[in-house]
Amino acid sequence: MHDDRQRHGHPARESGRDAARSPGPAPVRPATIAVVERSDRDLVAALRRGDRDAFAGIVDAWSPALLRLASLHVPSHAVAEEVVQDAWLAVLRGLDRFEERASLRTWVTGIVLNQARTHGRRERRSVPFASLRRRQEEGRDEPAVDPARFQGPWDERPGWWASPPARWDDPQRRLDDEQTRAVLLGTIASLAPRQREVITLRDVLGWSETEVCTVLEVSEGNERVLLHRARAKVRAALERHFAAEADT
Amino acid sequence: MTCRQMVELVTAYLEGHLDVEERARFESHLAICDGCDAYVDEMRDTLQALGRLPQDRLSPGARDALLAAFGDWPRGIGGG
Repeated sequence: MHDDRQRHGHPARESGRDAARSPGPAPVRPATIAVVERSDRDLVAALRRGDRDAFAGIVDAWSPALLRLASLHVPSHAVAEEVVQDAWLAVLRGLDRFEERASLRTWVTGIVLNQARTHGRRERRSVPFASLRRRQEEGRDEPAVDPARFQGPWDERPGWWASPPARWDDPQRRLDDEQTRAVLLGTIASLAPRQREVITLRDVLGWSETEVCTVLEVSEGNERVLLHRARAKVRAALERHFAAEADT
Repeated sequence: MTCRQMVELVTAYLEGHLDVEERARFESHLAICDGCDAYVDEMRDTLQALGRLPQDRLSPGARDALLAAFGDWPRGIGGG
């Protein structure tokens, strides 16, 4: 399994972890990270023993991601928090039955997603046929970029850009501002539920493809289609956002 | 390879899923096409921005309630 983060740099959380691993005589690492890096077997044993620090460690380390995932399907932070709390209680209830074939993080994340989807489904209009719904969710039929932006069959270079993307002006400064963040989160919220989950797990939270396929119970092929469509839509939304800013 | 085909391969390219030959074709198109080069750069910027979204936090009250529940949890059967 390759490390995706190195390729397109997942800065914040992960590089903090790398920094803690950098050379030096006595590397000091925050307690929560030490807990997360413990093997699941140790962790489950510690939880079964009633080791409160171990529990606090994973609650602190994983809850931010769990809240983000719950928020994909429920209307408010308060409900997302309830879903996450319930999931942790379910972990405690299931601890004695937990089999170490699955990863603990995958397990608790699966619980959160199931709960949150159930909440979300009540509000979503339903598409009658499961297979049709799946196709729509994957976005297999949608192109990444509006076909109108490419030259047609009778143009000079069919299939090449007719209106190519304009380079973004000073992206490093603009990508982190409040409005850009709002566009990112708003666009993710507008995606089909599976696309939302995949892009959040992979690109917002930095999970590996393997772990994402496991927790979402999708094939690698499906995961790649979902991610591709989701990323294309988010890039397009940023493009529109920056173009609108430039016009004003 | 046309630009229209290129944009459908961007994720596979960035994820390292193209084989050697596809990758070479992809990159030779990038070298001569400013539009696609911009598209790929923008996709990289997009991923960077997604990876830097601020984290959500559990409120102190919710956290305390969980730790209290853990402390009170009955243990023994099958455990420790």
